[in-house]
Amino acid sequence: MQEIIHGLLQALTLATTFDRELVRIVVLSFEVSGTAVLIASALALPFGAWLALARFPGRSALIAVLNGMMGLPPVVIGLIVYLLLSRAGPLGPLGILFTPSAMVVAQAILIFPIIAALARQVLEDAWTEYREQITSLNATRWQAMQALLWDMRFTLLTSVLAGFGRAIAEVGAVMIVGGNIDGVTRVMTTAIALETSKGDLPLALALGMVLIALVVIINTAAQFTKNVAMKKYG
Amino acid sequence: MAEPAPILPLQVDALACRVGEVSILESVSFRLEAGSRTIVLGPNGAGKSVLLRVLHGLLAPSAGTVAWAARAPQRAQAMVFQRPVMLRRSVRENIEFALQLAGKITAAESRRGALAALEQVGLAHLADRPARLCSGGEQQRVALARAWALQPQVLFLDEPTASLDPAATRAIEDAIGAMHRAGTTVVMTTHDIGQARRLADRILFLHHGRLAEDAPAATFFQQPKSPEATAFIKGELLW
Repeated sequence: MQEIIHGLLQALTLATTFDRELVRIVVLSFEVSGTAVLIASALALPFGAWLALARFPGRSALIAVLNGMMGLPPVVIGLIVYLLLSRAGPLGPLGILFTPSAMVVAQAILIFPIIAALARQVLEDAWTEYREQITSLNATRWQAMQALLWDMRFTLLTSVLAGFGRAIAEVGAVMIVGGNIDGVTRVMTTAIALETSKGDLPLALALGMVLIALVVIINTAAQFTKNVAMKKYG
Repeated sequence: MAEPAPILPLQVDALACRVGEVSILESVSFRLEAGSRTIVLGPNGAGKSVLLRVLHGLLAPSAGTVAWAARAPQRAQAMVFQRPVMLRRSVRENIEFALQLAGKITAAESRRGALAALEQVGLAHLADRPARLCSGGEQQRVALARAWALQPQVLFLDEPTASLDPAATRAIEDAIGAMHRAGTTVVMTTHDIGQARRLADRILFLHHGRLAEDAPAATFFQQPKSPEATAFIKGELLW
């Protein structure tokens, strides 16, 4: 118990004095996961909208697969991306293994199904309500998708955040493709894993507190934004 | 925008609509000329809404033909639904959205068009209000303004006042009248006889998916031919 309290106090000091190493790790984590979310969203939101509106044979199966992929194990994604990016792999010449870019790729793949599947559900429900009106206005499929995405933007924020939450909290994929290199690819989750195994509890605890605090703050802010927007726009 | 070719007259022949075993419309035939206000009258479940959707191209018929006088007739039509569907934007932007979908026009033009249409339904003061926060009656008038802005040749209305109070109903009926005077052919469903009396030039009376009667409004209300129409006008319960 003594040790935990001692660690917590030290962690608080680290977090409140903006310890340089701590800050560097936190910033890199956000850069990596933030970029992954941007890339994944740019692809997953239109894909989700398309899947919500399109009707074709095998659509239900595709939706089932997409929903299933929401639970992809990060280590397996890490392994696959590792194989693709390793020297002998098809994307080896890019030379991005063990760089933040590789981590972005792995996280984007990991969260694409989450954002796409949640968006598909949200947009399909909205489409049920809007379909006749928007069709009556002679919108093309593409125009209907745009209108839906814009109209549901605040609800979709939740889908995007679910992806961000997953990305920032996962450790398996970034550990494998990033390598947890000090000062280069070390992010909050890999640092916590490493420091804990080394017995450096204060840094691990400080990172853990920062991680939890940031995730809570971001989600609360998003929820607040959504509530305000829903009140404002109905 | 170039003036589109006239899409009327419309010739409907032996129209049928079936969902599985259930027949919703059966052998419906009529001709629609430009200029009139046609009320599709009948009890709930008579197939009125389905008929309107088939005419507007939202539903495909199982059999029969819907022949408009010009191609791409949907571009010269607008429809107002029983429950208005408003996007999460301002009232004005809801109408601008429809105008922009209808053709390549500048932002300034669509803005002018939207405001003019709102003026027509007496809602210019609500232009910047989020559409979904308007009352049901206001939303339906916005939906009507949205249809108005498109300057359709044919306006379909599916029970537009079914869930509105008398004042809101009055506002909607006035706006429909104004659109008709401006040259729009109106096709509207209702199960409200009073409304049919107020608005109709011609009645298409549907019962169990069949066109039980097709007559000028005056004739229909004074001398209905079918027993179903007679009962309906008398206010007897019909299903």
